[in-house]
Amino acid sequence: MSQQLGNSHRRFLQTLMTCGSVDEPGARSLHQHCCETHNTQYVPDQLDNFINAINSKLQPLFMQIRKGMSEESGQQHYALVNMAETEVTRMSSDYTENELELFRKTIDLIVASDNGLALSTDILNSADTLTTKKLKKTETEQLLKRLVQDKWLCEKQGEYTLSTRCIIEMEPYIRTMYPEQVKVCHICHNIVFQCQTCENPVCGVKIHFPCVAKYFRGRSVRRCPACDDAWEHEVPEMKRRSRSQSRR
Amino acid sequence: MTQRKRATPSSQRQHGVSALQEDEDDIPFTQPSTSQVQKALENVTPAQLDHKASEVVQYFLVKQQKKIPVRRADLVKHVVKEYRNIFPEIMKSASKTLDQVFGLKLVEIDNKNHLYILISKLENVDGPHTSVSSPKVGLLFVILSVIFMKGGVVRENVIWNTLKKLRVDPGEKHAEFGDVKRLVTDEFVRQRYLECVRIPHTEPVEHEFHWGQRAELEVSKVKLLEFLGQLHDQDPQLWSQQFKEAHSSVNPPSS
Repeated sequence: MSQQLGNSHRRFLQTLMTCGSVDEPGARSLHQHCCETHNTQYVPDQLDNFINAINSKLQPLFMQIRKGMSEESGQQHYALVNMAETEVTRMSSDYTENELELFRKTIDLIVASDNGLALSTDILNSADTLTTKKLKKTETEQLLKRLVQDKWLCEKQGEYTLSTRCIIEMEPYIRTMYPEQVKVCHICHNIVFQCQTCENPVCGVKIHFPCVAKYFRGRSVRRCPACDDAWEHEVPEMKRRSRSQSRR
Repeated sequence: MTQRKRATPSSQRQHGVSALQEDEDDIPFTQPSTSQVQKALENVTPAQLDHKASEVVQYFLVKQQKKIPVRRADLVKHVVKEYRNIFPEIMKSASKTLDQVFGLKLVEIDNKNHLYILISKLENVDGPHTSVSSPKVGLLFVILSVIFMKGGVVRENVIWNTLKKLRVDPGEKHAEFGDVKRLVTDEFVRQRYLECVRIPHTEPVEHEFHWGQRAELEVSKVKLLEFLGQLHDQDPQLWSQQFKEAHSSVNPPSS
């Protein structure tokens, strides 16, 4: 069913392009705002159909609005993704060649780590090993700040992780570039970076923090879903999903 | 991995001369004639044309993220390539897609240097996640207002003094905007929101600011006057000259 697009769809798409990504409550309120601005009937809970209509027109352009889960909040996020590329083309007009190389090295560190984190000291050391032009310490710090501002990376106490938008956009790229190292969450089967790992050396399955919270909710005895060993880690509390629909 | 050279605009910009001039190694591109296009079209399948148009659309959208104008020479060199003989057909198709799917209009802002920008056909409306409420937009709006109210051109010191009164000092690093002078003379100019023109025979060199082509196309003067009217608690019609100008110029498209 290929629905025609109206200005409400176009406004949604333009806004999504400007923001990079939007979380589920944000997408719902944006959907409402777009319909109301253009006097289109707003039906709550029709967000998926609304997005499907847009996606049907984006498909010939090798673009899609895709959903992905935040590894911190467990919240679903929407982002506009380029499906045709296996490279980081979206970034290539904003960053120079050596800056992109450093970004790729940061991804190297994050993928290789057990916990989806790259220490700033390790990233700074990588700056010395660039094959394109080297980056000085201050330049690297500035670059990291920009990458966080542009919502490719997140930073907390000197540790860098991939943002939700980055994971959604770059998943195909990462799966292609790191086929051996890429891990998948045992519960939701999506790509995983920040996680808890089963302590059993023979098992070692990884689970997203929000997926751990959801899986173990209400269980007093916590065992690994794969090998049945005791789950040693502290189980995080499940973040309450707030369906806040702001009515103007 | 495509390497894009970052254009480094000079701080003294000559009127009309874009910093994004064609490189020496560009093969000069002249528009093919209608008969040439027709002949070339015979050798191209509709699928090939659509695919090229899709690539052009993606190229424009990537540039649109930072509001950088697109050079026709770059478009031909990096995207259109061997299909240059049907360039007008590809552009027509890309333009239609940008309009129908994204609500974006493809506009050539420089007929000499062949620069394109995308502007939204949808009116700027305040809402969740919109950039209407972003601080940079607010700052730009103040500058555009000053220029408009002063008749369309303003010496740079007027802008700096106005900003200083708002505690945005171009001489100091600002908490939100950083290097304010760079934001105004470089970023806003490169995005074509402002035009910065050197005043001849000034020593030290002074500049004047005009509205840029993107501002002319995107910003509604009518709305700007209404906003200022509210701010100063005055009927916009009392600014008779500006009111006349706002209502006579081609209005940017509204929803």
